[in-house]
Amino acid sequence: MMKARPITRYTTLGLFGLLVCGLGIMFTGFDLSGVLAAEYAPAPKLTAADYPTIAGVNSRVAVWIFAQLHLWFAAFVLAVPIFVFIIEVIGMRTRDKRYDDMAYEFIKVAITAYSLTAILGGALLFSLILFYPHLFNYLAVIFSESMFYYALLFFAESAVLYIYYYGWHWLQGGFRKWVHLTLGLTLNAVGTTLMLLANAWLTFMMSPAGVDGAGVFSGDAWAAIHNFLWNPINIHRFVANIAYGGSIVGAYAAFKFLTAGSKEARAHYDWMGYNANFIAICALLPLPFAGYYLAAEIYAYSQQMGITLMGGIFAWLFIIQAVLIGTLFLSANYYLWCGMGRSDGAKRYTKYIKYIAIVLVGAFLVWFTPHTLVLSNAELKALGGPHHKILGPLGIMPAKNTAVNVMIIFTALSFMFYRRANKIATVNWVNAGNAFQVALFTAGIINIMFLGIYHGYFTNTVYKVAASIPQVLTTVVVIVGSITLDSFIYKNAREVAPLHWGRIPGRAQYALFLLAVAFTWLMGLMGYIRSGIRQHWHVVDIMRDNSTEAFTPTLGYAANVVSVAAIIFMAMVIFVFWIAQVSSNKTLPAGYWKA
Amino acid sequence: MKIPRLLQAVLVLAGVYFGFVLVFDVILDAVIPSSLLAMYMFFVVAGVFMVFTYDEDQTRELVAPIKAMVEDPSKRMWRNIVFVIVPLAAGGGTYLQMQPSFEAPVELRTIHPAPPSTAKIYGKRVNLLKLENPFRKIEKTDPEQFRALVNEGAGIYIENCQFCHGDKLDGKGPYADGLNPTPLNFQDIGTIAQLQESYLFWRITTGGPGLPKEAAPWISSMPVWQNFLEEEEVWKVILFLYDYTGHEPRSWGHE
Repeated sequence: MMKARPITRYTTLGLFGLLVCGLGIMFTGFDLSGVLAAEYAPAPKLTAADYPTIAGVNSRVAVWIFAQLHLWFAAFVLAVPIFVFIIEVIGMRTRDKRYDDMAYEFIKVAITAYSLTAILGGALLFSLILFYPHLFNYLAVIFSESMFYYALLFFAESAVLYIYYYGWHWLQGGFRKWVHLTLGLTLNAVGTTLMLLANAWLTFMMSPAGVDGAGVFSGDAWAAIHNFLWNPINIHRFVANIAYGGSIVGAYAAFKFLTAGSKEARAHYDWMGYNANFIAICALLPLPFAGYYLAAEIYAYSQQMGITLMGGIFAWLFIIQAVLIGTLFLSANYYLWCGMGRSDGAKRYTKYIKYIAIVLVGAFLVWFTPHTLVLSNAELKALGGPHHKILGPLGIMPAKNTAVNVMIIFTALSFMFYRRANKIATVNWVNAGNAFQVALFTAGIINIMFLGIYHGYFTNTVYKVAASIPQVLTTVVVIVGSITLDSFIYKNAREVAPLHWGRIPGRAQYALFLLAVAFTWLMGLMGYIRSGIRQHWHVVDIMRDNSTEAFTPTLGYAANVVSVAAIIFMAMVIFVFWIAQVSSNKTLPAGYWKA
Repeated sequence: MKIPRLLQAVLVLAGVYFGFVLVFDVILDAVIPSSLLAMYMFFVVAGVFMVFTYDEDQTRELVAPIKAMVEDPSKRMWRNIVFVIVPLAAGGGTYLQMQPSFEAPVELRTIHPAPPSTAKIYGKRVNLLKLENPFRKIEKTDPEQFRALVNEGAGIYIENCQFCHGDKLDGKGPYADGLNPTPLNFQDIGTIAQLQESYLFWRITTGGPGLPKEAAPWISSMPVWQNFLEEEEVWKVILFLYDYTGHEPRSWGHE
């Protein structure tokens, strides 16, 4: 073991050095661009003849589907190493082998998905070059350096990932484990950098920077990368990817749970599913805030894009989005409630579930109530117009913000009940602690309601938008405060009985499937909207899309394309699950090979 | 006597459904749209399902009557009745949904047109992102003159706009009943309160024909007011709209 140390040390140092050099060259390279800058051409003015027709394929749909499939897989393979790394650290600290095994199993699922990500990325690249050569050429001139380093980083990503995965059992114990963890960290650093670079290209198309009104590149690549919407997208995608990755591995655990042949396997995959759901919920809770920030920034960048996004042509897709987000919350809560069956002490808390459900469903109904109601003529006449005096005010953002904060707080409450279900507190101030928690929740909810109603409906718009920040802070204070207090109340707590892992109904596993499917569809629809708000522009206000497919498709058509892509993706994911299972199957009869 | 859980679930659903109808249609006199009620009930059913099935024993209790009806030989009569009624009800419901009627189909209308970044108004290209009401700054510097401008705006509104949008700015003018879509209600928190003044200027001056191509048809009968009013008159009307409703125009700065 000692002999291997220098080798692993050098390997790690070498890879880390490679990464640092790569990043260094990349960022210093941008500074050199002023020297390199030659005469840049303005954005080309295209005609329909500039878009090749190949084999009768609909160019937009081809690029759309490849981009979407690539993005789903990319989100998954970028997210899994993040929580695999965290789980591995937990395993190392607690010296509980189950965590290490689970982390390994998660990365095993991701490794097949990784090659699919690369294949689909290649397909996207080819389809862009073939169907939209002028657009790709224009972007490639501006982002030449970042595209080049992107390709190099992909090598680094592959190298680190393969060593991380195939070296899992080799790099165990003592210093070797530290080396492995360093590889995990490096993998995440490279993966996140890749995402940030790709985000820059797409946000440039929405909020171009570093170019003049005619699209002439100034030569400052950093300005083009650091455009107005880059960071809002970066934050939103980073958080959403973790939630998405959690939901997909949750679906994997559910799949394995339902097909498990033994009690031990059911217990293992139940535990794995619980952890995956936990990861998904942890990332899901801040996600609406990240999304709100992104939408607010889009609105701030362009009122036109903002209104198109949420009030205009895409508004009805936002209602579907609201429904799917609500579905995520309901599924995650249902899974937690079903999971309380693992504990013999849960009966103390299950009586509260119906009240949590009432609040969640009530908040959910507010969350998806549309501002523009679909009315029959008779209803229109009965109301005296399209405005509904009660439901109308629920259709705008202050009501939505209030509803989602309440949903988040009650999801956290479900989680707290789940954690408490199997424990009995031993501290003598338990009643005072509980009373304080009740007070915290009550005060928090009153504050959120007050901010939503008063600032939402009785003040200037700028305060309406600003009120969302104290609402979020209230939610954060309630959740962090109560969970922190809970950890003190239940310090040295007695367990009612050992948890019965595996004692959970099969339908709870379908809640995990629903979580993954809802996330996938949601990402597809929202991705389409994000891209669609550019409308007839390749690069907003700079490079017009003059292809025959430049029109904004009908909502039904767009939803169908996204749904078909989601079905293809799900089929590929099932393949990934199956292949991960096949690799551990041994079906060869004894005596086949010569002794 | 304990009510069976299946009946409990049905009673809860029926209670919520009729509760919505009672509260909205009867008590508040603001009918709940059937499309929205259908969406609401779908998720209420989901919520009821969740509460009634998270526990294994309670789920068994819930489905026991259904299982018994399907499997228990002594319940043959009930089974036959249910097996006839359910398909008939489904068929009848489908027939009622699908039968042709003279009612115009409901529309998924988009009522928030996105403004272009620039527009040609009064013969010049206007940047809507930067356009401001020239009279707004007077509000603080010269309140008396501002009040006079608002009053002028009120006069212009009454002469030109109230026939459709109403003398209370609630979209219920004398001609409103003859229009579909109905004129906008400016008192509603979701209309001008959400918008910048430049947006109103664009909508008033270019009217229905000036609406963007996406999400068409708009079928708006709003006239192109730049053909009938002077530029300053439009800005004064906008001052009046905000003043009368008590809304503040959307802005990006704290004032």
